[in-house]
Amino acid sequence: MLQNQLGPDPVKQLVLLTGERGFQFLLFSLAISPLARLLTAPLLIQWRRPAGLWAFYFLSLHLLVFFQGYIGWSWTILIEELKERPYISVGALAWLLLVPLALTSTRRARLKLGRRWRLLHRLVFIVAALACLHIIWQVRSDWINAGVYTLTCVLIVGSRYRNLRCFSKAI
Amino acid sequence: MAKQFTDPTLRSSDITPESSYLNRRQFMKGAVVGSAALLAAQTSAADTSKLVSFPSYTSAENSGWPLQVPDVLTPFDDVTNYNNFYEFGMDKSDPARYASAMTLDPWSIRVSSDSGKTSDVQFEDLLRAMDIEERIYRLRCVEAWSMVIPWLGFPLAELIRWLSPEGSFQFVQFQTRYVRAEMRGTRSFSSVIDWPYQEALRMDEAMNPLSFIAVGLYGKSLLAQNGAPLRLVVPWKYGFKSIKSIASIHFTNRLPETSWQSIAPHEYGFYANVNPEVDHPRWSQRFERRLPSSLFSPNRIPTQMFNGYGEYVADLYKNLDLRRYY
Repeated sequence: MLQNQLGPDPVKQLVLLTGERGFQFLLFSLAISPLARLLTAPLLIQWRRPAGLWAFYFLSLHLLVFFQGYIGWSWTILIEELKERPYISVGALAWLLLVPLALTSTRRARLKLGRRWRLLHRLVFIVAALACLHIIWQVRSDWINAGVYTLTCVLIVGSRYRNLRCFSKAI
Repeated sequence: MAKQFTDPTLRSSDITPESSYLNRRQFMKGAVVGSAALLAAQTSAADTSKLVSFPSYTSAENSGWPLQVPDVLTPFDDVTNYNNFYEFGMDKSDPARYASAMTLDPWSIRVSSDSGKTSDVQFEDLLRAMDIEERIYRLRCVEAWSMVIPWLGFPLAELIRWLSPEGSFQFVQFQTRYVRAEMRGTRSFSSVIDWPYQEALRMDEAMNPLSFIAVGLYGKSLLAQNGAPLRLVVPWKYGFKSIKSIASIHFTNRLPETSWQSIAPHEYGFYANVNPEVDHPRWSQRFERRLPSSLFSPNRIPTQMFNGYGEYVADLYKNLDLRRYY
């Protein structure tokens, strides 16, 4: 089934599909706060956690397909890829930084971490920057896709300039 | 190497009878030339019902060519629907969708050389002059996927001998057809490719018996997305060397610039020999996905040096550091 719908190279199609969908959810989750403010619709905020978790879900699938289809679960190949192909190590780092965010997405973790939760979850800005780099690094002959995604990301994050400033101060 | 290869997709009815094989020359002069017009006239790429069968050719089994690949053939649908042909878009399915906009009839090839002489060769005339044979070759893309394709065509060496350029030249340079109005990919404002697409071979590479000009595959004429009406096939090099829809051939003594090399010289060298030891900055070249593959059995196989054709081509590079001249 997978083969028929995704053509002769479903591995590549799935890597693209999951990566792109994951990044879209990431952008969406980042856009929710400024949107809620812009539209004065504070209830929108309740979409933020599911959006972030969907991003994590798709990006984890992205990783799984990469392991299964590209490197065949081989540690030696994984290490080689991470060392020699910076776009892959940057992507891996972005996913790693998402893990603590997904783990602390529960209400309990949020209460327990208090102020530090906010700070921790601003890691998402770094994740977004790394994800853009991951995409830009792969441009071969046409930059339109990477360009549109990066521009969207810059616009969304830029509209959250105040948050960013707090974040950099906190560091 | 001498292992007998039986192609499971070939039926006994596909085998050319001995009588027509013996009469092939006369037959070709008549039938092929007659159908050449048909071949060139076939403009609708997506519509495979219009595919024209080759009236006669020497099948892989009968050709006596020593190197028929004992691999499973990639299905026709995959070969014709999964293509890189950036003139028609970046997506692998774009060429099958849009390449039919390319005018294939009439098709002429501009032949020129450093010595200044230029002539135009009609595709029909070229086809008339050549004996068509079948060659089963592996095709290894630099993106780490691969196919096995039964091509129809003739050795590039035969073409060069037929063109007989005056003088001796070190390189042969090719250009793909470039008509902006017919090629939506070339109209993209964000593309960094300087059209037309260019590729080149060193003359000794071009004269190697493996270098092939394909005019068909699976017994049929080429579809536009596969580089109709004629394309290069250099099976020991990455796929991008095998330039499609050849519109011009130039013989030269200067090392020609090639398209991918001029976009990213640190990634794409002039030689582009398949080499599992030299990684591309984007993709490990140690393994490839032989298509069709699936998620649960990705069909990952180790890549062979020179795509497995080392015995026939390694000599060409014996004085070359393949790490430096990749």
